[in-house]
Amino acid sequence: MTTYKGIAASDGIAIASAFRLTEPDLSFKKHSIDDPDREIRRFHDAIDISKEELLTIQQRTLEDLGRHEAEVFKAHIAILSDPELLTRIETVIRREHVNAEAALGEVTDSYIKIFNSMTDNDYIRQRSSDINDVTKRVLSHLLGVKLTDPALINRRVIIIAHDLTPSNTAQFVPNYVKGIVSDMGGRTSHSAIMSRTLEIPAVVGFKGSLAEIKNGDTVIVDGLTGNVIVNPRQDEIKQYQDKIKKYRNRKNQLSSFKNQTTTSSDGKHPILAANIGTPDDLTAAIENGAEGIGLFRTEFLYMDSDQLPTEDEQFSAYKDVLQKMKGKPVIMRTADIGGDKDLPYLDTPKEANPFLGYRAIRMSLDRTDIFKVQLRALLRASAFGDLSVMFPMITTINELKRAKNILEQQRQQLISADVAVGHIKIGIMVEVPAAAILADQFANEVDFMSIGTNDLIQYVMAADRGNKRVSYLYQPYNPAVLRLIKSIIDACHENGIPAYMCGEMAGDQTAIPILFGMGLNEFSMSATSILKSRALIKGLDSREMVTLANRTVSLASTSEQVVHYVHQALEAE
Amino acid sequence: MEKRQYNIIAETGIHARPATLLVQTASKFNADITLEYQEKSVNLKSIMGVMSLGVGQSASVTITADGDDEKQAIDAITETMKAEGLTD
Repeated sequence: MTTYKGIAASDGIAIASAFRLTEPDLSFKKHSIDDPDREIRRFHDAIDISKEELLTIQQRTLEDLGRHEAEVFKAHIAILSDPELLTRIETVIRREHVNAEAALGEVTDSYIKIFNSMTDNDYIRQRSSDINDVTKRVLSHLLGVKLTDPALINRRVIIIAHDLTPSNTAQFVPNYVKGIVSDMGGRTSHSAIMSRTLEIPAVVGFKGSLAEIKNGDTVIVDGLTGNVIVNPRQDEIKQYQDKIKKYRNRKNQLSSFKNQTTTSSDGKHPILAANIGTPDDLTAAIENGAEGIGLFRTEFLYMDSDQLPTEDEQFSAYKDVLQKMKGKPVIMRTADIGGDKDLPYLDTPKEANPFLGYRAIRMSLDRTDIFKVQLRALLRASAFGDLSVMFPMITTINELKRAKNILEQQRQQLISADVAVGHIKIGIMVEVPAAAILADQFANEVDFMSIGTNDLIQYVMAADRGNKRVSYLYQPYNPAVLRLIKSIIDACHENGIPAYMCGEMAGDQTAIPILFGMGLNEFSMSATSILKSRALIKGLDSREMVTLANRTVSLASTSEQVVHYVHQALEAE
Repeated sequence: MEKRQYNIIAETGIHARPATLLVQTASKFNADITLEYQEKSVNLKSIMGVMSLGVGQSASVTITADGDDEKQAIDAITETMKAEGLTD
């Protein structure tokens, strides 16, 4: 048995056998063969098995995840059924007397080269990754090694992976994937956020060698402490089973908070809302008693597709969310694409500093054609619920004014075309230090502000939140960050508008007492954090938290001191 | 031999999904079917061939079918082209 440490990224505990999501060794040597006919038969056998496998995966993906996710496998099958491709590979085997692996590599490489050279056609260029995937599958059968297909998992497992991509997690079957261990990223990496959405216990930033965990090893993932135990002893399994039971009990206990409004011990009502990434996430938000949606990331519409989403596609997604929330407030953020969320079909050039580059509102104001389509869809949806719209990455007042003008223009156009439009509240996401510092000026222009702490913290601390070597600088409790947050909240209140927060910090149990003391009006967090936050706030007295907040911003010089102050205040309660 | 010319009106040209459907349609027929664009000609039953042409918007392409079911083939392909909004 060995215990490893990592970063606790998603609550819960799981015990299951390890499933390594790794790339097998697919290297081979080119060599000559004596019997081309036999080699061609071997090649066809590999093609047939690959196609059979793809059919199974396609079917499974279709049943468990949907048509869109299954589409890619259909394309893979089409490639393996291509008569030209097969004939060309056979010809190389016959003419050059080389092994099937070498012939396959040579022919598929030539196609990949052609596709990659089509700089003016993103759709096609992207297909070179499909050819790459299919080639790997056929190669694996020629070489007799096994590929790992997450969609084919049919027993309870803990996924062990270097990193998880959205396309990996899209293939996960929730009933089988019980836990996740990865050695990349921090609490705010995409795989961490994804695992919280799927409610799968996860430990990221694993501080050991993943290679030491073998397929089938029993693994305990403790997403509460960040511990990972490989091949635990019987008594440890017993101990963790008890811990799982306790965790479940606590969860059940918390569920009594589901239908209550959030109330502090002295009768204050901050709003606890949920952050969602897709309309599918609404179920978890509603089940966890969200009083609204504080952040609907609209990017999924752009990312789950190989072309720009149409106005109607967007309209129906937005309307769906508003209707399901039954009149509760919903804040939708216009597309935050670019940065680390690159869209292959938009062909934006690679940048040296994507987080400081062409993304979010910067892209929207440049590509107003794309922006207008989204705004029209939002305006049309606003007739179906309580909608607020906020712009991400606003840095200057002029950007905000331009965005508001374009929105107003679209509203007028829709109204003159007799399209039903509701009232929309307009806000900005405060995540750029320039906007945070000038919050009092921005407050004159908007109905609300929402502090996006994930980016604000990395910009204030000048530390990439995905970079493990500087992750120690990602400090939500740093007094510099807290002072800035307080000044934003104060600026909002002095100008008569509410202050919201939609970063991970809003659901952080240590930060909540301070933020509550600063008078934050809405906390928007991962759905799974809502009930425990409601339980926490129930025990807080706002007057004492005001004292705590003032104490931290005026006296603390380090994160550790802030944490210490919070503990002191909570103990006194 | 049946031959027909089409103007591609789809903004994204013949991209992955319509290409797959065109190939599926073509593969149902015995006739040899080719797609010609900018003096290059490929087998319309080959997805890789079709995609490697990189047919973009406002391109003019010619499809030729040669075989016992050439007429039905061209009709079916024309229908797919229209259904996918590639041509009008």
